Amino acid sequence: MGSSLIAWIMRAIPFGTIIMYGALGEIVTEKSGNLNLGVPGIMYLGGFAGFASAYYYEKLATNPSAVVCVVIALLCALVASTLGGLIYAFLTITLRANQNVTGLALTTFGMGVANFFGVFVLNGASYTAAPLANKAFAAKLPFVSGLGVLGQVVFSYGFLAYAAIALAIALFWFLNRTRAGLNLRAVGENPATADAAGINVTRYKYLATCAGAAICGVGGLYYVLDYNQGIWATTGQIQALGWLAVALVIFTTWKPLNAIWGAYLFGTLYWLYQFLPSVLGITVSSAMTDLIQMLPYLVTIVVLVVVSLRKKKENQPPASLGIAYFREER
Amino acid sequence: MSGAAENTIKKEPLVRIVKRDGATFPQKVAVRVVAILLALVVDAIFIFGVTGLNPLGVYSVMWGGTFSNPTRFSWAMRDLATLLCIGIALAPAFKMRFWNIGAEGQVLMGGLVTALVMVYFGNSLPAPVLFATMLVASVAAGALWGFIPAWFKAHWNTNETLFTLMMNYVATSIVACMTNIMRGKASSLGTLNKATKAGWFPAIAGQRYTINIIVVIVLTFAVYAYLKYSKHGYEITVVGESENTARYAGINVRRVIIRTMLISGAICGICGFLIVAGKDQTISTTSAGGQGFTAIIVAWLAKFNTFYMALISFLLIFLSRGASEISSVYSLNEYATDIVTGIILFFILGSEFFINFRLIWRGKAPKLTKEGK
Amino acid sequence: MADTQIAIRLEKVTKTFGEVVANKDVSLEVRRGEILALLGENGSGKTTLMNMIAGIYYPDGGQIYLGGQAVDIRSPRDALALGIGMIHQHFKLVDVFTAAENIALSMDAAERFDLKRVRDKARAICEKYEFGLDLEQKVYEMSVSQKQTLEIVKVLYRGADILILDEPTAVLTPQETEKLFNVIRNMKADGKAVVIITHKLHEVLAISDRVAILRKGEYIDTVDTKTATEASLTEMMVGQKVELNIERPTPENTVRRLAIHNLSVTSEEGIKLLDNVSFEAFGGEILGIAGISGNGQKELLEAIAGLQPTERGSDVQFFAPGKGRAMELLGMSPRDIREAGVHLSFVPEDRLGMGLVGSMGMTGNMMLKSYGKGRTPILDQKAPRALAEEIREELGVVTPDLNTPVSRLSGGNVQKVLVGREIAASPIVLMTAYAVRGLDINTSYTIYHLLNEQKKKGVAVVYVGEDLDVLLALCDRILVLCGGKVNGILPGATATKEEVGLRMTQLQKEVQQ
Repeated sequence: MGSSLIAWIMRAIPFGTIIMYGALGEIVTEKSGNLNLGVPGIMYLGGFAGFASAYYYEKLATNPSAVVCVVIALLCALVASTLGGLIYAFLTITLRANQNVTGLALTTFGMGVANFFGVFVLNGASYTAAPLANKAFAAKLPFVSGLGVLGQVVFSYGFLAYAAIALAIALFWFLNRTRAGLNLRAVGENPATADAAGINVTRYKYLATCAGAAICGVGGLYYVLDYNQGIWATTGQIQALGWLAVALVIFTTWKPLNAIWGAYLFGTLYWLYQFLPSVLGITVSSAMTDLIQMLPYLVTIVVLVVVSLRKKKENQPPASLGIAYFREER
Repeated sequence: MSGAAENTIKKEPLVRIVKRDGATFPQKVAVRVVAILLALVVDAIFIFGVTGLNPLGVYSVMWGGTFSNPTRFSWAMRDLATLLCIGIALAPAFKMRFWNIGAEGQVLMGGLVTALVMVYFGNSLPAPVLFATMLVASVAAGALWGFIPAWFKAHWNTNETLFTLMMNYVATSIVACMTNIMRGKASSLGTLNKATKAGWFPAIAGQRYTINIIVVIVLTFAVYAYLKYSKHGYEITVVGESENTARYAGINVRRVIIRTMLISGAICGICGFLIVAGKDQTISTTSAGGQGFTAIIVAWLAKFNTFYMALISFLLIFLSRGASEISSVYSLNEYATDIVTGIILFFILGSEFFINFRLIWRGKAPKLTKEGK
Repeated sequence: MADTQIAIRLEKVTKTFGEVVANKDVSLEVRRGEILALLGENGSGKTTLMNMIAGIYYPDGGQIYLGGQAVDIRSPRDALALGIGMIHQHFKLVDVFTAAENIALSMDAAERFDLKRVRDKARAICEKYEFGLDLEQKVYEMSVSQKQTLEIVKVLYRGADILILDEPTAVLTPQETEKLFNVIRNMKADGKAVVIITHKLHEVLAISDRVAILRKGEYIDTVDTKTATEASLTEMMVGQKVELNIERPTPENTVRRLAIHNLSVTSEEGIKLLDNVSFEAFGGEILGIAGISGNGQKELLEAIAGLQPTERGSDVQFFAPGKGRAMELLGMSPRDIREAGVHLSFVPEDRLGMGLVGSMGMTGNMMLKSYGKGRTPILDQKAPRALAEEIREELGVVTPDLNTPVSRLSGGNVQKVLVGREIAASPIVLMTAYAVRGLDINTSYTIYHLLNEQKKKGVAVVYVGEDLDVLLALCDRILVLCGGKVNGILPGATATKEEVGLRMTQLQKEVQQ
């Protein structure tokens, strides 16, 4: 029982890490008033760009180094997902296109780009791997990961898992303690006010949307090169993860610190079907396991309802979420 | 003020944006045609960049994806029927400014109960009763999936965009669970009632998909008329425009929200019915195939007019059939479709800007005559 | 040669919105160390003009000079850098932020970001000017006057050489107004240039050094306040000597139509918006309702119309013609009221947001209240089209087509459509809220005339207004609302402006208990 509990946690935390990146990125984006439903597409872009660059580096370099591999993969993932965010930003901020629809189109596009070029990388195989990159991204901490149960549960993940926590804390600090963070929140709450206060609304919206997309992209990268053991295969899995990240944003009520435990909770719920039976020593039919997988979404719905019921201002979405800003509006 | 000095040398901005007072119909058409042409150019560049093939040649192959032979055309019509059906379902909700992102789930639920009826009653009910049961069940299931978020929206103003999005995945889980139960020990569900064909739409005039197409044509007209000429449609417009005005007019806003989403969900349910009974003869978590999301874009771009939806759906289906044709002819992969479609959508979405706004370049401000008007 | 005394100068500034010319060739200057009042009717383009200085709008023509130098103000950011601060009529505050956070938003970029320092500095400002402002309070918990105070502190914190205030006293009590005026006078003494936008003449005379007048988007003149009188300013503002020559036929055969008892309304935040309001309205008379905006007028009319939940114990009775028994209106929805045969017409304050559907044409709007008639599920569009045609003819509504969205019509035409529809419903009670706000004089007179006609027909007219001269000339009785309470009902023929004005701002003793 104990061992399956540990196995459960060790599955839940990496899973949570993927969507934590997605959710943190989307929080940054939504704080600027942009509801980007292109998260799945952006995660595809980031994941694929990271994988493809690492894969070709490993293949072409005579003596590939792990550090260079990590840097290249990260850089490519960031660039690709930022470009995805830039498309969305240009359409919704400059051209004031509808945000929901643009996001959905971006999801289609990002998925298409990743899988289309992915087929070239696969070159006929059903999957390809970037083992060196995987080793580098999934490398456990030396010494501490060997500290028995504690080492396993807390210290046995790749560095991006810890970076996600650090990022959540950094974002909390940024949003609540810095001028830029205050300005960003003002832009998402009331762009006309921010504008009148001399804040460059367009610049903040662009930066937040692109930075948010970049963070989402790291989620995709982590999925492919760490969680999925460095294997690329044509899959719809990233899309489901992307939507789960959007759900997590609601669950956190737009607060980065909540994303840490929220993500792990979602991970735990997601893997509940596999581990709970063995933890409890019962057997569950496979049909039931399918049903259990809806738990994270159900929890999100409950949170959504509770938030709308309690009407606490601090838990509401940014007030201008989804609305384009035009200064000369009358 | 340190900024003052540098400010004085600033010039008029290079380009300014001003609101347009409503573009004329020819202007709107022109903007959209230009957008689509530009998108095709970008797509051609993409295709050429990746394959090195002559884009014109590729486009003629694409054309063949829909028009090369009757079978292709019937496939295109089948896909068009599915996409358009969901678009039509979304129209009333969107017109009410209710962001129903949950079509995917509503379709799945409709399809699922259709499949359940086929499996469990397929051999015991006579065909007319069976079809009637399938229809009623699918309508009820879709409507229920529309009702749940609508009730919360109506009573507590719960964000419907996110609620309906989540409902998609709840539906997916339920479908996964039920197919698991239905298929017994086999690894996949396979075609339902393969031997008896119970609950399959019959081929009419030699075409398998005739019923699907007829149903969708009827719905296109019906929903258009419903929105434009019925009292319900009027109420939907008023609620969508301003809830305050609706209250002032004595419209029961809650009832309209719930009723409209019941209708929206029900039509999605019918779409599920059409998919299972008329197209796939099976059900899986991917039965809706992402069309629920594409249809959102269709409904939005068509500004809730079901006939424009037919046009836009046709354009998208034409592209996607064309892209899969390219993939097989040039041994590319089918994901080219998503890229080509995505680019077209970006351009059409972006083009809306030029309908709502006007650009004024530096020094080109319209001179106002002293006399005015 | 640049005059160092001139802080800002506008030269032939023009701004259009689509077809509407909001400002046309306006030239105007503001001097250092003076308070300039910008006077004009609603819709005369005062706010638009100042928004161009504040960088919200970019002019379509003309030039702005600052200290003699031509400047291009492309954004509010540019304006702030130039030392221009503006307090907008619709507050520019972030609801979920505290007062201190809102102040920090508009801080100069060079200043170090430290909320504690912001609080200390802001507290010092509050102390200096004796503002009672809780810096830790969230904006959504604040009253309107607290928000106004916060806006002022924001500008003082940032420090501006040129300060623009857009109708700052609309929501303030007389004491608060006086305090604000003292602040403004201090700023003037510091050599700053202050522009105050208003349409209240007594304030203009009380505070300003010079008055610039706009009319229908055009600049009329600037005069020294010392040489100006209310009459001379009004004349410039409206273009001709206004003998408010509104007809007031003697009420005949008045019959009780509405009896309101102890009507109370509490907002979601728990603030009392209406407090035990009781009065009666009679057919054949016009009952005026006066008060500073936001003192319960909106809630009063909406409660009668079935749009506003009321407290227990409230009571609104309707007396139908030819029936002895009263009918209770509270608890009924607008539809119930209509279906019960109560001909209650209501011209709400928010014309396009409540009274009309902006995206629909005249025809569509005609059926807003009548579309449900009959058992058929199909919409009857014929009768509304005929009615729309009739109203267009009779009231001279200028619209390209009966299907042109009404949101694209000018303010006066929008109001004609709305009032026309409500009168066409042959009301027994007709309630209007700010029926002439933003309309030109001619359209205003059309509206007064229509109301008087209804009165002569025996309709009970309730007229919520803001212009005291009009209220005094038009209404038979004037009910004054103050803080959600009825602060006296005065006869229109004998009441004086001072009396009504006083009751608008100060609760009378007998009401206070």
